[in-house]
Amino acid sequence: MVTVAHYLVLAAVLFSVSVAGIFINRRNVIVLLMCIELMLLAVNFNFIAFSRLLGDTLGQVFVFFILTVAAAEAAIGLAILVVLFRNTRSINVDEMDTLKG
Amino acid sequence: MIDYYPAAAEIFLATAICVVLLVDVFLRDEQRMITYWLSLAALLGTAACSALFFVDEPVTTFFGSFVADAASGVLKLVAYVAVALVFVYSRDYLARRNLFKGEFFILGLFGLLGIMVMVSAHSLLTIYLGLELLSLSLYALVAFNRESATAAESAMKFFVLGAIASGTLLYGISLLYGVTGTLEIGTLAERLSGPDGMGIPALVGLAFIVVGVAFKFGAVPFHMWVPDVYQGAPTPVTLYIGSAPKIAAFALAWRVLVEGLGDAHASWQGMLIVLSILSLAIGNIVAIAQTNLKRMLAYSTISHVGFILMGFIAGSDDALSAALFYTVSYVIMAAAAFGMILLLSREGFEAEQLEDFKGLNARSPWFAFVMLMIMFSMAGVPPFIGFYAKLLVLGSLIDAGLVWFAVLGVLMAVVGAFYYLRVVWYMYFDDPLDEAPIAAPGGMRVVLSVNGLGLLVLGVFPGYLLELCMRVL
Repeated sequence: MVTVAHYLVLAAVLFSVSVAGIFINRRNVIVLLMCIELMLLAVNFNFIAFSRLLGDTLGQVFVFFILTVAAAEAAIGLAILVVLFRNTRSINVDEMDTLKG
Repeated sequence: MIDYYPAAAEIFLATAICVVLLVDVFLRDEQRMITYWLSLAALLGTAACSALFFVDEPVTTFFGSFVADAASGVLKLVAYVAVALVFVYSRDYLARRNLFKGEFFILGLFGLLGIMVMVSAHSLLTIYLGLELLSLSLYALVAFNRESATAAESAMKFFVLGAIASGTLLYGISLLYGVTGTLEIGTLAERLSGPDGMGIPALVGLAFIVVGVAFKFGAVPFHMWVPDVYQGAPTPVTLYIGSAPKIAAFALAWRVLVEGLGDAHASWQGMLIVLSILSLAIGNIVAIAQTNLKRMLAYSTISHVGFILMGFIAGSDDALSAALFYTVSYVIMAAAAFGMILLLSREGFEAEQLEDFKGLNARSPWFAFVMLMIMFSMAGVPPFIGFYAKLLVLGSLIDAGLVWFAVLGVLMAVVGAFYYLRVVWYMYFDDPLDEAPIAAPGGMRVVLSVNGLGLLVLGVFPGYLLELCMRVL
């Protein structure tokens, strides 16, 4: 029997995977963008599970907003990535180190 | 029937942005001044709407997800002033670098709209939408000089860390929603105040929310983006990020932590104390080692955030008013400080190194004096406004019985005074490295002078602003 708790644990695991992915990954900015997307989807899981548990549609409405904003966010992230690549010819996370101090 | 009047200013601004956007498309490059004046007119109109529909008693609308109250009115008016200052200071800088494009003004106005939505938010959904509208505009603004590799790099860092912050905040919101079954802030506070309101799940949600708020404030240990973004972004964008969004961060903390989770004050007080102490220590100490003025001001922002958080830690109404007073005075100071960097910049030369301020007194005694006022105010020297702001938050800590913390704050302020006074030393007692005359246009000089003098006038007569802060919160 799959209960709400299972969904919540799944969401928590997905969230942790995405955070770990962001901090461990040192190679590729595109993977970072994927991790960010995964993070928002983990939150969506939470909202839908709670929405079902509470019998309240508000959580599902919130999910629609998150999906929309995530699309806009991905668009801006990729646009910045294009600018970065044009200027440095690289999308390597390790090479983003000119600013420090 | 939805009452639209409380949101009149937001609706007006949204419409005005569309008009500016549409007009800008049809303009040739040499007519770009029209966009500039239209943007300022949009700000003026929005301010008029806010003033016209100013309410003393809170009015909620849009099914309880939007509220207009006295505090939101005041915060919005400060935001309009800050954005107007950004536009006025930036015009000449952008024009000299072939960056005088419509995007800057349109994104700036969209960011302002996000700030306004956050300030008036009465539901966690509204807060999230306002926050994203502001953040997405800022990411694009940082990268808007497409030729600059450092700007692109800082934009990428800002984007990734900002997205993590939003994700963390959302995760916290989802847990709170699961516990209470509501997103509306008033109802949330009611349901959490019950006997078993603050269980473990709600506390976990609270911790995630505090992390999100700290990211947006730029409090240590979630401050990594602040120095890189301040340094890498074009100076007008740094000016924007350094001023108006601080109002949004204050509103975020106030609406969520104080209004929504006020009963859990004891739970988040400890977290904020850690954030505040770390911000004060790291911000002030690392700032000493900086040679880049924009980066130094970034660390100075971090330390000021430590002071703003003190008001939330103390928690009483007076303490919150002190935090609001601090936020408003910081916004005015930051606008003036970055305005000075823009004033001294010219084609092919960014006055962003500390050394570029050497001997400023010999080049322009008046602007050396304006910079002196800004630095003294940031350091908290009487009679400038920064002194009064620090005095109020420290006083509220003592009232709350946290005397040790207030003493620590004073010590850190003394450490901080060193790097502010170093700038003053450079200006008055070193020889200038370059003798070029200041090229900024007259209008900007006048506005910047007024901005700088405002720090002194508000410091000598803080009564009016203070009373306003006391009355609205």
